[in-house]
Amino acid sequence: MSATSQRAAISSQAFFGRRYNLSASHRLHSDALSAEENQAAYGKCNNPHGHGHNYVVEVLVGGKVDPDTGMVLNMVALDEAVRSRVAARFDHTNLNLDPLFVNRVPTTENLCRTVFELLDGTLEPAKLVQVRVEETENNFFEYSGNQLDAGPARNVT
Amino acid sequence: MIFLTRRATFSASHYYWNEAWTAEKNQQVFGRCANRNGHGHNYTLEVTVAGEPDPVTGFVVDLKWLKDVIEREVLTAYDHRHLNLEVAEFAAGKAIPTTENIAIAAWQRLQPAVSSGAGAQLSRIRVYETAEIFAEYRGGQ
Repeated sequence: MSATSQRAAISSQAFFGRRYNLSASHRLHSDALSAEENQAAYGKCNNPHGHGHNYVVEVLVGGKVDPDTGMVLNMVALDEAVRSRVAARFDHTNLNLDPLFVNRVPTTENLCRTVFELLDGTLEPAKLVQVRVEETENNFFEYSGNQLDAGPARNVT
Repeated sequence: MIFLTRRATFSASHYYWNEAWTAEKNQQVFGRCANRNGHGHNYTLEVTVAGEPDPVTGFVVDLKWLKDVIEREVLTAYDHRHLNLEVAEFAAGKAIPTTENIAIAAWQRLQPAVSSGAGAQLSRIRVYETAEIFAEYRGGQ
């Protein structure tokens, strides 16, 4: 491989992904629905005292591969962002009690979108591309920002 | 369009080091990945090709053919090798064998062979360094 083609290669866009574990409890319940409707919609996930999961949060970032480091983003920076913004907030907690889920049922769809919103814009020089949350080995959810949603971005503070 | 993925594994050693930097800066940026004696991983390589199923065989590509291409173009060069010392695209500090650069280099090794066979196109390379860490390349955007 020539030096020229290598130089071209290392300035290309690539993606970097990392998986994190998160244990938390939740209860799926909407105040907009009656007790019967909640039971019908959520089944055993509506049981009053909640239940828990070992979630896997997979974070995918994209960007130019820095020619000095060979990296899209230093993993230490990604780890720190996920630790401080996501794990410190949700790990070993009851998701329903977090202010972000007061008006948002903590389904894994909504957890996935919330994690995306908490990390989006904090991973410079890389860009957050996708968050995937696995609730169990058989259920997973992915969110890549609101490109499929014409509505305004939700404001998370 | 159908996407077909074949997975392969290889084991290799590497270290991260930028020759233009001081030892202190290498240590600071790369941490224990900068240890000069290197360390190793069991890598998983996922090769995704895209195309239409052949009307006669129902195949996008023959998986045995794809297995042989991966073996010839990548595994013979990478498996049980020290990437910094024995692989042309990383040797002599040409590029740091990060997971990102391995994904790009595997693409460059596979792309000519894949596009020359059976009408499929290389679509995506994913390289897992551990079960928790992976890099992905989808060609030069």
